[in-house]
Amino acid sequence: MIRLTRRHLLAAPAVLAGAAAARSPLAQAAPLKIGVLVTLDGPFAASGQDGLRGLELALRAAGHSVAGRRIETVVGPTDARPDVALRQARKLIEQDRVDFIIGPLSGSEGIALRDYAKTIPDRTIINGSSAALETTFIDPAPNFFRFITHGLQWGAGLGEYVVRSKGWRRIATVAADYSFGHTNFMGFAIDFCRAGGDIVRRFWVPLGQADFGSVVAQLPDDVDAIYLGLGGSDAINFLNQYLQAGARMNFIGGSAMADQTILSSRGRAREALIGTPTSGMISDENPDPAWQGFVRAYREGFPEGQRFASPSFFATSYFIAARAALAALDAVRGDLSDGQRAFQRALASLVLDTPLGAIRLDENRQAIGPVFVSEVTQRADGALYNRMVRRIDDVNQTLGLPIEEFRALGLPGRDTPNCARLRRSG
Amino acid sequence: MTGFVQRRPIATLAIAVVVAFFAWLVLAPWPPAVTEVMGPKRVFLSAILSGVTLGALYFLVASGFTLIFGLMRNVNLAHGSLYLLGGYIGFEVADRTGSWLLAFPIVFVITALIGIVLQYVVFRRMEGEELRQTLVTIGLSIVLADLMLAIWGGRSYQILTPDFLSGPMELPLVTAVRPNGDFVYLRYPRVRIWILAAAIVLGIAMWLVINRTRIGMLIRAGVDDREMLAASGLPVQAVFVAVFAFGAGLAGIAGIVGGTFQSLSPGEDTRFLLASLVVVIVGGMGSITGAALGALIVGLTEQIGLTYAPTYSVVFTFLLMAAVLAFRPQGLMGRRL
Amino acid sequence: MAVAARTRSTLAATGRAAADPGIEAPWFARIPTGVWLVGAVLLTMPAYANNFVLFQVFGWSFILGIIALSLMFLAGYGGMVSLIQMTVAGLAGYMVAILGPSGTEQISLGLSWWIYLPVALAVATLFGTLVGTLAVRTEGIYTIMITLAIASAFFYFTRQNYTIFNGYNGFTLVRPPDLFGVDWRQPVPFYYLSLACAALCYAAVVYVARAPFGLALQGIRDNARRMAALGYNVTAHRILAYGFASVLAAVGGVLLVWQNGQIAPGTAGIPAVIDILVIAVVGGLRRPIGPFIGALIYVVLSSFAPDILTAFGLEPDRFKLIVGLGFLAAVFFSPDGVLGLWDRWQARRARRPDPLTGKVP
Repeated sequence: MIRLTRRHLLAAPAVLAGAAAARSPLAQAAPLKIGVLVTLDGPFAASGQDGLRGLELALRAAGHSVAGRRIETVVGPTDARPDVALRQARKLIEQDRVDFIIGPLSGSEGIALRDYAKTIPDRTIINGSSAALETTFIDPAPNFFRFITHGLQWGAGLGEYVVRSKGWRRIATVAADYSFGHTNFMGFAIDFCRAGGDIVRRFWVPLGQADFGSVVAQLPDDVDAIYLGLGGSDAINFLNQYLQAGARMNFIGGSAMADQTILSSRGRAREALIGTPTSGMISDENPDPAWQGFVRAYREGFPEGQRFASPSFFATSYFIAARAALAALDAVRGDLSDGQRAFQRALASLVLDTPLGAIRLDENRQAIGPVFVSEVTQRADGALYNRMVRRIDDVNQTLGLPIEEFRALGLPGRDTPNCARLRRSG
Repeated sequence: MTGFVQRRPIATLAIAVVVAFFAWLVLAPWPPAVTEVMGPKRVFLSAILSGVTLGALYFLVASGFTLIFGLMRNVNLAHGSLYLLGGYIGFEVADRTGSWLLAFPIVFVITALIGIVLQYVVFRRMEGEELRQTLVTIGLSIVLADLMLAIWGGRSYQILTPDFLSGPMELPLVTAVRPNGDFVYLRYPRVRIWILAAAIVLGIAMWLVINRTRIGMLIRAGVDDREMLAASGLPVQAVFVAVFAFGAGLAGIAGIVGGTFQSLSPGEDTRFLLASLVVVIVGGMGSITGAALGALIVGLTEQIGLTYAPTYSVVFTFLLMAAVLAFRPQGLMGRRL
Repeated sequence: MAVAARTRSTLAATGRAAADPGIEAPWFARIPTGVWLVGAVLLTMPAYANNFVLFQVFGWSFILGIIALSLMFLAGYGGMVSLIQMTVAGLAGYMVAILGPSGTEQISLGLSWWIYLPVALAVATLFGTLVGTLAVRTEGIYTIMITLAIASAFFYFTRQNYTIFNGYNGFTLVRPPDLFGVDWRQPVPFYYLSLACAALCYAAVVYVARAPFGLALQGIRDNARRMAALGYNVTAHRILAYGFASVLAAVGGVLLVWQNGQIAPGTAGIPAVIDILVIAVVGGLRRPIGPFIGALIYVVLSSFAPDILTAFGLEPDRFKLIVGLGFLAAVFFSPDGVLGLWDRWQARRARRPDPLTGKVP
């Protein structure tokens, strides 16, 4: 079990505050309170704990103080349900009186917080790892900032890669039947169909359907590959039952399909993924020195057994969110007066150096940044990781399509996008 | 049986026709017209087999639940937690010793002991107070779920399938006929077939024990009239404890099986508790035959639903249960309470 | 709580007093100081509590209390433990979001409040009554299960259906109407709105329990066969009880969607359904004040458990354990919930000999 908690987060600033006080008279100023909205219960509990580790890394690097103000954190634990996230956010703002919130973790929580943000214009929410398109695409809130790319953006490059480099043109898809599954699939499909690919069949599997026996049996065998847009234990179950059926087919992995939570799961199922191209916000073996430095800091920062082999998407997201907050606070010298207007302006105009590369925000305060295409590879010690094969920079919310054209595709859903139409236009 | 035929000739005929049509669907190669309506035969057969084998897993979990309820009227809503705990312990044993089979006796003993503790600490103290038992076991399952989350975290665990069970096998079921006249046989996961076989063996063994032995006689007597059994000076409490231990042990073993062909993660406890509830309600509380029938129906509903109407497949099983409860509250095989 | 418990007995006494011509004192003079005190504290709460306490702690407690009250009515007076109440509340919330305005414009009809409000209440009540019609065919633990099954089916259906319920995402930006120029979502107005609804629902339950219908229902709970022999239609009474309880739950559901501003399948998911049972049981199923006490305990625990844990140097992520253990202790040691504990304490105190005379009263 991971033992990084609010107690640790609080213990460190207590020590550091003494050191900072000697350096600057401003340290006497009131401490800065950050509310951290993170999922610590249910299937995402382990992810939430890794998110906290990422946040802690960023705060440690800053000595738990910014512009002479000591930083305190208050954790608001959720179970990934939007109404719980809302209640915790309200508690953080109204009861604990935090200055701003970093979080939440999951997509539907993000959408709920977007609307909550509109009711607290004098405070700020910096998104943690929630990655729903709607949060920053439909009716965005002026004080909600997201410095990570979202589920649709993560599809960028993958479709073109499998068509051009792998020569896979005819595929079937199996994906989770809920908003993230729809969104992530749409990002892939836009790219794939424009590159000339064809999707012959779409299987949408309801959440909570653990037995894929009959889905596996229905998969057509006259296709080049199968796109898998599942996550968590659904992904494990599918792979497990796929192996048992003894079939062998090329896979294309959605962004939740080949992340460390699955690559480091216990059992044999994950081995079915070796060689699978996938894409997402991070790539485990990204040679960029910035990323390598981040991985090293993560590994040195937490004892083995209390962390993943390499920082997960969640650790990276919360790290980036905290870094953005710190950078903007630095820019305004810790001044949050005037309803945080200066702080919010600073956030909106940041060009943030992150372990992934430079990230800036669009007019909806959504990140424009890099997306990585990787292939699942086995290391000599047997561990699986994502080997980076391509990097696509400056991916925006519409995957480079003009906004009107993008809107015409429709919102993510079971039947969007229309592959044939995209193929003709692409 | 003969009585039923004489009483309900039309219903019998209808059932016979349905069974015959079904057998034809399974056994005969399909003409093109049927394929047009129902899709390839391979898909249909797989849906049926997946349903049956999933039903086997449900039977393993639910048979313990139904025995305990039938005999003691104890509603153990922590049954799902026993399933998940058994799976996690089974994973640890299999992982450390490298032996999948060794996990079974160890897990059975551990979860059976937990069952005995439950019987002594909780159920004996509140005999006959159904609502209170329900509530206490709900509380227990909340606590156990959080403890398991603390120990094993939110990751997915999957118990390694031993070599003799991995991979597919060919079944003597024809899915199609090649142009040259060769039959194409269905390939199906070996592990699922074995689980089905194990469940059938276990089910028959349980039926024999209950219907053909002295202990079984005591259990049946207890199901029918607990007060009379106690009054006749037989060791009722010992039978209760034994049945509870056996039921809990079965749940633990089912956890290993579930962890082998699905996976273990937080939330699986609730899923299997709900599945067991649906199974025993459809089949009839307290009846082993009922649990088998219920598990079969629920497994088939789930998998056929997933094949032919995936969007609402998760809804069907609950509607099925509500329908049974509303129109035959005692379950298909249950006796009027 | 002590005072609150007495409120009920007094209100009950008032009901009796009205029927008894021998007692002349006006009803309000018979209410003890304690009740006036609680009333005064609740009414003046906005003067000394912050917005969080008003909106979240008390607002949410009143809402959960109303929904749990509907369960308490069925379980306590009707002997039917129904787990459908949260689902009825959820459906009412959904109807408000679907018929009224919301952020999901492609589905929401945007009708005005005087249309969607009665329709939402009516639809939810109809649904609850229909479920009740099925559920009354079963007894005891089977009632729990059939209602749990329908609740689960509703949860999965809303999560999969995109044309009406907008699937996984549900609806956001559901706001209460700006009636009388007041923004009812502000903490103080919402506090009074939920307080008023809670008081009305409470009074309704107290009244119905004393009315001929409620008395017959309690008779059916105690001995259905005898009541049937006396000429009462047992099934009709039970179904009517479901109908009445559904109205309460629907009111709670409308308030819930207004408070959160959003509704999603998880709002009426299986954990939420169980929570309502936990609340009603922890508070006590015997009297209508129980659910409100249970709700307050639940809200305080679930809001502050992480802080309590950190204060003791423990990890905040184990807060579910505290809630679970608390619930377990409550049902294990006191089957009648907190109210039962209070009653037992009172009984023990009453049995103690008077310190002056040494007599046992």
